[in-house]
Amino acid sequence: MNARVRSNLWGYFFIGPFIIGFLAFTIVPMLASLYFSFTSYGLFDSPKWIGFENYIKMFTEDPRYIQSLKVTFIYVLGGVPLRLAFALLVAMLLNAGSRAVGWYRTLYYLPSLIGGSVAVAIMWRNIFGDDGIVNLALESVGLDAIRWFGEPTAALWMLIFLSIWQFGSSMLIFLAGLKSIPASFYEAASVDGANFIQKFFRITLPMLSPVLLFNIIMQTISAFMTFVPAFIISKGTGGPLDGTLLYSLYLFKQGFEYFNMGYASAMAWVMLLIVAALTGIIFWTSKYWVHYESEGK
Amino acid sequence: MTKKGPRYYLYHILVGGFAILLLYPVIWLFVSSFKESGDIFVTAGSLIPDPFTLLNYTQGWEGFGGYGFGTFIKNTIVFVIWMLAGHLISCSLIAFGFARLKFAGRGFWFMIMLVTLMLPYEVVMIPQYIIFSELGWLNSLKPLVVPAFFGHPFFIFLLVQFIRTIPRELDEAATIDGANTFQIFYKVILPLIVPALATTAIFTFYWTWDNLLGPVLYLNSPEKYTVSMALNMFLSNETVSNWGAMFAMSIVTLVPVFVIFFIFQRYVVEGISTTGLKG
Repeated sequence: MNARVRSNLWGYFFIGPFIIGFLAFTIVPMLASLYFSFTSYGLFDSPKWIGFENYIKMFTEDPRYIQSLKVTFIYVLGGVPLRLAFALLVAMLLNAGSRAVGWYRTLYYLPSLIGGSVAVAIMWRNIFGDDGIVNLALESVGLDAIRWFGEPTAALWMLIFLSIWQFGSSMLIFLAGLKSIPASFYEAASVDGANFIQKFFRITLPMLSPVLLFNIIMQTISAFMTFVPAFIISKGTGGPLDGTLLYSLYLFKQGFEYFNMGYASAMAWVMLLIVAALTGIIFWTSKYWVHYESEGK
Repeated sequence: MTKKGPRYYLYHILVGGFAILLLYPVIWLFVSSFKESGDIFVTAGSLIPDPFTLLNYTQGWEGFGGYGFGTFIKNTIVFVIWMLAGHLISCSLIAFGFARLKFAGRGFWFMIMLVTLMLPYEVVMIPQYIIFSELGWLNSLKPLVVPAFFGHPFFIFLLVQFIRTIPRELDEAATIDGANTFQIFYKVILPLIVPALATTAIFTFYWTWDNLLGPVLYLNSPEKYTVSMALNMFLSNETVSNWGAMFAMSIVTLVPVFVIFFIFQRYVVEGISTTGLKG
């Protein structure tokens, strides 16, 4: 056996599990779901080919689908920028270089660590209850209590607040990015008489832009797929009045509550296309605002 | 920052105060779990449980459907152990292959792996469910843990990045000493990637412990429920408005999460800053 064949065999021996897993748990299911998306399939009967009917129905006959799209876009476009802005703000505060930063970093990350758990969704549900602490706080500063579970928009914002609260992982990534900016850049700018705002827009933001791009993409994708908080907080209903019917939740309901497997598969494929398009758009715009050091500007 | 000047105190008041504000909901949950169920919302503004009671913990621990909360914790631990075994074994093998070995098609497969990072689970969820149901694996852990033995793109990527920082001279020296490729992996690389494996293990623990969608899809008899499903059941069964028990068990499920975080804080925080794991 020559060396080349042997090294190929070793290579495939090591990555073999990935290839097998990829074929069995990704490619075959993806092709199957693509096929199901063109069928009427109720799990207990066999799939019946109906062409593009599922896709057409989604956009023309299913107001709940349109609602789930709307709610998800508000959730993503409202939540992700706010979350990242918070993350960046806190990262800059923590980059100030105090010795206690290690502790703060840990404390600020905690909400994100436990954020995906059912326990936290339950907690969130209760602090936003009619007589929960959020309303108590609103009343104490003279504002009206909000019926967070009575009003679709309020309920959706409650979910968005939860996502903002979990800014920790983005913050840590920003913090790592901030630390890699040489202090000499700021010193030079100070000598030239730059103020804080100028330093932020001329140094911090451009230097951080690759990290920002990474955060925007990861956060957008994961926000688009959010399931657990909406499932728990609305007790699986997506209510009130479908106000928290996030895309993943509606897909889950179509598939595993109403057993419309064909329809749910079509939804999954539209989701894939939307996620791919969003990622593509972000990447496409990135050439106008992401600054790579190696380009040497 | 100038030491101990007014700016120093202002900084700590601001940053520390904001930290407390952020953690307030968690503190509130913790304190409320020691209040009498009927009091929780009456005294929602107070952080002192009066009277202080442990009744919520004893009631919650009894669980439901004849299964105590101990059963759910045990189920979750078994689930976590399988996932740990799956991810640690498969991801370290695969990462070594990508990071160190030259073979035809490496670039292609590496790109495929990066693309699967971005693939929504929803796209494969339904066919996977059908496959596992055909195999007769429903209501068991198999659909949840078997895929873990075939790698996880996030962790593979993390380990690949880590292995790339290890000097290749070590591999060459081992080759000269007569080691074959597997021995290089096992005796040279594996001991050196323990920090990255620790990050993998910690995040596998978190994601498994918190996982709800998988267990909800695949487990349907209460004796097999995991803690996150049990909490979800508490919420749906809330006819008796036994908030106290639900809060108490929420705290119980958070304890391991906190403990592991505080012990392995360094790995968690560095794992995210360097690789951008979601959280």
